[in-house]
Order: sequence, then C-alpha cells, then structure tokens
Amino acid sequence: MKLMPCPLNGPRNITEFACAGEVKVMPDPAKASDGDWGGYVFLRENAAGVVREWWCHTPTAFWFIAERNTLTDEILRTYPASELFKDRVEFAARDEDGT
Amino acid sequence: MSADRIMERLPPRPGEWLDRDREIAFAFEGRCHNGFAGDTIASALAADGVSLLSRSFKYRRPRGALTMAGQDANTLVQLPGEPNTLADMRGIEPGMAAFGQNYDGSLEADRGRWVEWLGRFMPVGFYYKAFYKPFGAWRRWEPFIRRKAGLGVIDTEALHAYHDKAYGFCDVAVIGGGPAGLAAAAQAAEAGAEVLLIEEGARLGGSLTYARFDPEGARASREAEALIGAVEGADRIEVMTEAVCNGWFADHFLPVIRGNRLYKIRAKQVVVATGSMEQPIVFRGNDTPGVMMGSAAQRLIRRHAVRPGRRAVVATANGDGYGVALDLIDSEVAVLAVLDLREDPPACPRSDALRARGVPVLAGHTPWEAWAGPDHRLAGLQVAGITGQGTARPGERILCDLLCVSVGYTPAAHIACHAGAMLRYDPALGMLALAECPDGIHPAGSAAGAFDLDAAIAQGRLAGWNAARTAGFEGAAEPPAPGDLGAEQVSHPWPIFPHPKGKDFVDFDEDLQVKDIRNAVAEGYEDIELLKRFSTAGMGPSQGRHTAANLARLAAEAAGRDLAEMGATTVRPPYTAESFGILAGRGFEPERRSAMHHRHIEADAQMMLAGLWQRPAFYGSERDREECIEAEAMAVRTGVGLIDVSTLGGLEIRGPDAAEFLNRMYTFAYAKQAVGRARYVLMCGPSGAVIDDGVACRFHDNHFYVTATTGGVEGVYRQMLWFNAQWRLDVDVTNVTAAYAGVNIAGPSSRAVLAPLCPDLDLSAEAFPYMGVRVGTVAGIPARLLRVGFVGELGYEIHVPASYGEALWDALMDAGEAAGILPFGVEAQRLLRLEKGHIIIGQDTDGETTPQEADMVWALARKKPFYVGERALRIQAARPLKRKLIGFAMASPRDAAPAESHLVIRDGTITGRVTSAAFSPILGKVIGLAYVAPAQAEPGTRFTIRSHGGRMALAEVVSLPHYDPDNARQEG
Repeated sequence: MKLMPCPLNGPRNITEFACAGEVKVMPDPAKASDGDWGGYVFLRENAAGVVREWWCHTPTAFWFIAERNTLTDEILRTYPASELFKDRVEFAARDEDGT
Repeated sequence: MSADRIMERLPPRPGEWLDRDREIAFAFEGRCHNGFAGDTIASALAADGVSLLSRSFKYRRPRGALTMAGQDANTLVQLPGEPNTLADMRGIEPGMAAFGQNYDGSLEADRGRWVEWLGRFMPVGFYYKAFYKPFGAWRRWEPFIRRKAGLGVIDTEALHAYHDKAYGFCDVAVIGGGPAGLAAAAQAAEAGAEVLLIEEGARLGGSLTYARFDPEGARASREAEALIGAVEGADRIEVMTEAVCNGWFADHFLPVIRGNRLYKIRAKQVVVATGSMEQPIVFRGNDTPGVMMGSAAQRLIRRHAVRPGRRAVVATANGDGYGVALDLIDSEVAVLAVLDLREDPPACPRSDALRARGVPVLAGHTPWEAWAGPDHRLAGLQVAGITGQGTARPGERILCDLLCVSVGYTPAAHIACHAGAMLRYDPALGMLALAECPDGIHPAGSAAGAFDLDAAIAQGRLAGWNAARTAGFEGAAEPPAPGDLGAEQVSHPWPIFPHPKGKDFVDFDEDLQVKDIRNAVAEGYEDIELLKRFSTAGMGPSQGRHTAANLARLAAEAAGRDLAEMGATTVRPPYTAESFGILAGRGFEPERRSAMHHRHIEADAQMMLAGLWQRPAFYGSERDREECIEAEAMAVRTGVGLIDVSTLGGLEIRGPDAAEFLNRMYTFAYAKQAVGRARYVLMCGPSGAVIDDGVACRFHDNHFYVTATTGGVEGVYRQMLWFNAQWRLDVDVTNVTAAYAGVNIAGPSSRAVLAPLCPDLDLSAEAFPYMGVRVGTVAGIPARLLRVGFVGELGYEIHVPASYGEALWDALMDAGEAAGILPFGVEAQRLLRLEKGHIIIGQDTDGETTPQEADMVWALARKKPFYVGERALRIQAARPLKRKLIGFAMASPRDAAPAESHLVIRDGTITGRVTSAAFSPILGKVIGLAYVAPAQAEPGTRFTIRSHGGRMALAEVVSLPHYDPDNARQEG
C-alpha cells in the first residue's frame, strides 16, 4: 500500500486519504458563462505528468496539496493549502435579477 | 498391509528436521501411515515408499514430488475442507486424512485416464476453438469441463476457521533465510536497523539445510551454524519461519502469511534473498513419479531422513548434480550413472570426488525417455547422446527408480519483480536473470545470480549494509564486494529434447508438451504474453516457476527470434496461493453506539444500522413490528414520545466570519439570523444537487451550532474545511457529533413533561417559540434545547454532553411516565415525518436532485453574492424541469404501500419512482413521496405506480404536508 506524506500527520497509509482531484481556479460566478461553469464543475484536465491535487487526511479532515506524477504515481511534494491560497476570497454582490 | 511396504527412512542424522520421539499417524487415500513430527505429508509418504501423490489436472497423469519446496502443482492434495494443499510443505498432524486430486475411483486406477487418449484431439487452444461454436455451445460443455478439471473440492460444509490480521514495521525486511538472507540480516542489524527476517521453511538455513557445497558435505552445516548463530544472537532481528511473503506492494508494504494470520508489514527497505528454483529437463516422460529435482532429493535426505529411491541416475549440467550424486551414495542409494549434458564438463572438487567413487559419468548425454512400472513409479530410462541443440541419438536403457535432475536454475525473484524488476534471458549465463531492480529492493544470493556460496554470503552482507544505510543507519563499515558469483557454470542453455511421440512436458500444471508451444507460435502467438494466455503455459498453480525459461527458449526458436529479446511473462502477486479466509478474516468494521444504547437494548429495541451507527428501528418483538411502530407513532401524535437523535451530526462554527461562512456553504441567508433562533440549512454541491440538510442554531453573533444528517456529517465537515482552505475566512469549524448525545421529546404533552425538569427555562409558547433555541439545564444537565418539528408535533430537541446521555434519557422517561411516554424508533420517525412531507436526504433525494425538483426553492436566498451550487442552480432554473418530487396518496384504501423505487409509469414509459411510502394510521390511508413528470405534479392528478408483483396501482398527487397542513401542532 502506498504511503502519503501528509504535511500535518507525516507518512500514513494512502487508504487514510481522499483525493479531491486537480487544484482548479474557480471562475468568477458573476461573470462566468454557463459553459465555463459547467466545465469547472465537470471537466478534468487528466494530464499525464506532474499534477497538483487536493488531498484530505480523512481522520483529521486536514486538506493539503500534493504534486504527483500521474505517469509514475510518484508523489513529489506535499504542502498545506495555505501555500497556494494565501488571501481571503470575497465574492462580488450579485445583480438583483441574478436569479 | 504395512508389512510389505518398503521403508525408506534413514537412520537419524545430524541436522534433520524430525522429532523422532513424536510419531504421528495419518491417512492418505484411506490407508494409515506413520511419520514423525517435522515430516511433511510428502516426506512421510516417501518414507513409506509412496511416491504417487496426485494426478495432473488435464490428462490425469500420475504425479509425485518434484521440488519438495512447495513450488510445483504435482503435490497438491485434498484435506477435509481444504483443497489444493501443498503436500511437500504441509506438516503431518495426528488423524489427518489426505487424498490425491484429479481422479475418479482411486488414485492408482483412475477411471478418467481415457482423457489422455483424447489428448491427441485436443490441440493447444482447444478450449477457445472447440466449445464456443455454435453460439451457446459453451453453456452445454462448461459443466462437464468444470467437473473434469477442477483441482480440489471445496467443502461448503467446512467448519469456519479463525483467521486474523496483524501489522508490523521494520527498517529492513529480509525475505529468505538462506545464506545470503542470514548474512544480510546480521549485517543490517549490526548497522543499527530493526530487521525482520522472513523464511518460508520451518527452519532457517535455506540451501545450507539440504545442499552439498563440498566433496565432504561438511561445509553447509558449518556455515549454517555460524550464520544462524549470528542472527539469533542479534538484538534487532525478529525471525519469522513458516512465513511466506506473498507479494510486494507500493512503498514496501509486504503481505506475510503465517498459518491463519496475515501480517501486513511496512518496511523501509527490502532485501530479496529468495534463492532460485531448480529447472527440469524437457524429455518424454519427464513427469513420471521418481523423476525429481536434485535439490528435492537432497531435501528428502537431509531434512526428512528419507531415501528418495534405491537405484538412481543423476542428470546434471553443473557441480551441484555431483553433490546430489554424492549425497545419494552416502544414503545407500546405488548411483548407476551421471548424465552430464555438457559435452566437456569442467572438473570440480565434487565431480572429482564422485569419479573417485567409481560412478560412471556420461558426458554429453541426456535422459531421452522415462517409463513407469505398474505402481506408476519410474522403472527405467533410455539415455541419449546429445548431437546438437535439442537433438540426441537414443542409446542404452537403464533400469532405475529415481532420476535426479540438476541442470539449471531460475531466480525466485517474484518479490523483486512485483516491485518492478524484470526477468531477462542472459545468453552469457544461459538462464533468466534479474534486471532493473528498483530503488529500495536489494537482491542477494542466487536470486541475484550469486551461486557460489562465498559470493552469496558476501553479496548478502553488502545488500544488508546497503539496505540499512539507505534506511538511515550509516554507522557500519562497508563490507567487501563479492568475488566471482559462479553463475556461468550452473545452467544448461538448452535442456529440451523433444520426442517424436511427445509427452515431453514443458508445463506440468497444464500438461503442455513441446508441440503445443510450437503450434501456438505457428498460429501467430509469438509474443510471450500472448503465448502464455493462448497456451495457458505458466497459468497453473506453480505460475510458470518451471516453465518460464523453457517457454522462452522454445518460443524464440519457433519464432526465429533472439532469445535475449523474448523476455519472460510479467510476474504478479500473489507468490503462493492464498485462501479466502486469509483475505476475509477479521476485517475491522467498527460500529458506533449512542450513550443511550443500553437503555434501548433493555427496552427490547430492534436495532438497525444507520451509517456506522446502531439505532433503534422500533421497540418490541419483530413479530409485532407493525403494531409497535403504529403505537409509537400514535404516542407522539396524541401524547408524548422520546427518540434518541444522538447520531445526528453536530458542527460548531465559531469566529467573526461564522455567519458569512454559513452564507456561502448553505443556500439560505444567515447574516441577519437572530441569536436564540434556529434556521433550516440546505447544502448543495457545486453541481447544484442537494447533499445535506439540518438546522443552524445561533447562540452568539460569532457562534452557530449546525446539525447535519447522520450519514452526511463527515462529508459536510470535509466540504466545509475544503472550501475554507480556499476562502481563508476567519472561522473555526469543529465536528462535535460524538461529543453530544441528543433526544427529541415530541407530542402534545411534551411541554408538560419537560417543564418541571427545566427550572431555569420558560418553555411557554411566547418565551420559547417554534424555531427558538435555548441554553439551560434539563434535570440538572447542561443542555442546548431546539424547538424544531421534524415529526410535526410540539417538540424539543435536547443536546447534552455525551456522558450525560443516559442520565437525560432516564430523567425524561421517568418524568413522562404518568403521561404514558413511549420511546420511538427510526421507523416511527420516518412515518411521522412522511405525514408532514419532510424529505430525508439520500432517501427522497439522489445524486442529482435539485432544490427546484424537491420543491425547496423557498430555501434558496436570492440576494447573497454566492453560495455553493448557486451558479449551477441558475443554469438549472433557466431550463425546463425534468421531474418533480410530490406527495401522493393511494387512490384505493385497499392498496398496499408501494415499495421504494417502484416506478411511476405513464403511457408505457417511466416518468418517476416512489421514494417513500407507508400506511399512515392517523390519516387512515397509504401516503408517500414520489418523483413524477412535471406535467403530473399538480395536486389532484392521478398516476399509476407499478407496484408489488407488477400490479399497476392508481395514486393521486396531494399537496404537502399530508398531516396538519397549517403546521398548527408543531408551532403551537
């Protein structure tokens, strides 16, 4: 069984983790077209090579980011999400007729 | 009967594995045999002169011991309740009753032998060709073929055995306790590493316990004593014997099987010192009982003190075969000749010693044909002078009952191959060799081509040192590199002598002959992997251990390709057969119990599983199920009931951004929610589908207590943390589900029952209205009280620290006694909420249900900048609705409640399905929830449900809630 080096809990069996797929930038919901939003929700790059993925250590519910080579299944680096998401995210007010 | 048996047991000898003080009686084929503790089934039978152990899988050919190392399918026998047992590995036990396999009638006179005569009509690939045409033919043939082919018999009445699992960790795992493994373990431990040494055999020593390395036969025991002594004297080595490492998985995760226990070992580094497997000669009759590997004969002699035959011939192509011949002579076996396949065998100390004893050595000769006597045992050989690659001129005949074969090896490199190493044919060595070993795997000994004993030990030391150093133990000095590995002189490059009349077996498991391989190649299966699958070579229980090298040779020859490029088939786990018990035994399936669990059991609750939780379904006997549920429901409607809701999820949301965070996670608006109030929460996923619901209680500007569904809370908690890992709001989220126990006391009398227990709270409708939340005490227990109405009556959810759960339950049951309080279970609750038209997420919704479909648009805030799912719901809202969740009642009072997922049918097509339905005692009719087409959703519309037994039943859409439409009861 593979080991995942968790930035919080150290190396643990991979069965303790859930992968939530590629790290993607959420498009601005106020501006994105229906097609863009559908792509954000449903489509994946599925790249062959080094990808950045969300992983969660489920017993502690700790989310972090792993850089993994999908060709070799080698985990190159893991780090807390705060390295990538540094700032508070705000959403612009919606138009009244938005719904 | 036993008097006329030939006794082949040798006098006691040093190093034997037997305990001669413990005689054990067992049965084989219904006859009684005796052996000693330390005997295997095969060795004890050999001592009694029994060499026929089983029959082959396809042609039912008689088979005997081949390797005495658990590496062939010849010795698979049947034990009661346990098929396919390796007779050469399984120790005898008192009263054990074993049988051969693959025969009808008796092992010695099989009524199914005619199958072999049919063999001429069964070319390679026969199954693929013969039984699949015409279409459907396989169905008629399959039962017959399965009956004829099935190896052992599974006893479905067998007693359940106890199997379990254990976990272990080490710095260096050394697989194989032979000379290289012992040296590696000692060296790694000396460097400071914690070492686990895993040995398949009953004792340490590997080849040192059977092979003869010098003319005198004294060296092996001397080396064994020193190496085993060093291992046993070391502090940091744990030794597991009779333990099989059955595979390698990512990051050195090793399944090790010992008896009925599966050890899951995590190692930092792995030394593979698994040795090598002696290879057969392919010639006519090479499967006759009495033809065995030289190492098999030596195992019988040295470990089990059994004389493997009386009149022997040794066929060899290396020095080891001469060692075998010397061992045979020392065991009073007449060695009639040594056939050396090499044209000009180089002199070595062992061959010199043998010649000195006057044994004739025929250089450039091979066995050409073997035949058996009436007892199926080898009776004689025809030898032949080798004239070229695979060709020979038949010559003299020798009457003998034993042929020992020692013409080459294949590395037992399974574990290294699982990790990514390859077996490649090395033309310089004339054998398969290990290549491309990945990082972290350290091969040593004959698995890595070190056949010279000194080289194997030196290579073991180096591998142990390297493994320890890589694992972080750098103290020790580097041991010297091994000298000449001695791999050039051990394997004959072409031990294959096809016979015009066949029965020259390349694969013993599958009864494959030379012509089968050639025909398969001729049909175009040149690639080694395709050849394997088409011919089934290497697909039997021994997984090609004695087939891979000869298969590659024959395939390369037939295809006219370079043998070095042919490669070998991929090696995958498991290394040996593993029983289902090992895999299934004692899984870890935890179950959760609420703080009031024992009170439910005392009250005769029928428990059911909700996620991992045990919950009362109802109270009373299964026989009175309907009556019990109805009584519980009526108590809530007319008096008072109490339900354990501890399994509900609980999340504490704290911080300056708590309200903002809820605004983003849930569809409703929470910024202006007053302290002391609860508000419904509905969570959607990014696609807009409903995924959870509950209530949010505001206890402070910066503090919400949010409930979630029993099955959903883990996912909700995880989603919350995932989103906030991106949003970075100033909020803390904690899952406190297990910290709180909870009950819901509901019914018109609930206020009257509860009030005396809450001196510090005013429970009046004005002071504590519907959807209010309070903090106070109940029977002196610190509590959070929520006035919510899932079941549609006046009621209070009370959440207390889990340790008070049972005390709270007792206090409320006592207080409610006079009012006739009844505990109610999940079944009654489901009925009550259905009467109110409240949905259960996951039952009345599926992975695609949107708030629009579930008629919950009222729960969607319209002016928030953002919430999860909002953008997708805007897309959904612009499109026509596909289905709608509606309430219905069955049109006829005689109709039974349809079951969940019974289909709604309109004009022959499916337009929806039932999600919940039950008979409501208070309404006197069957009610339910169902998805229907939007055109069918207006109250009053009639539609048909394909109900039990396919009967079409008429239902009518009714407006929700079914019961108490203006909610006067719960809000009063």
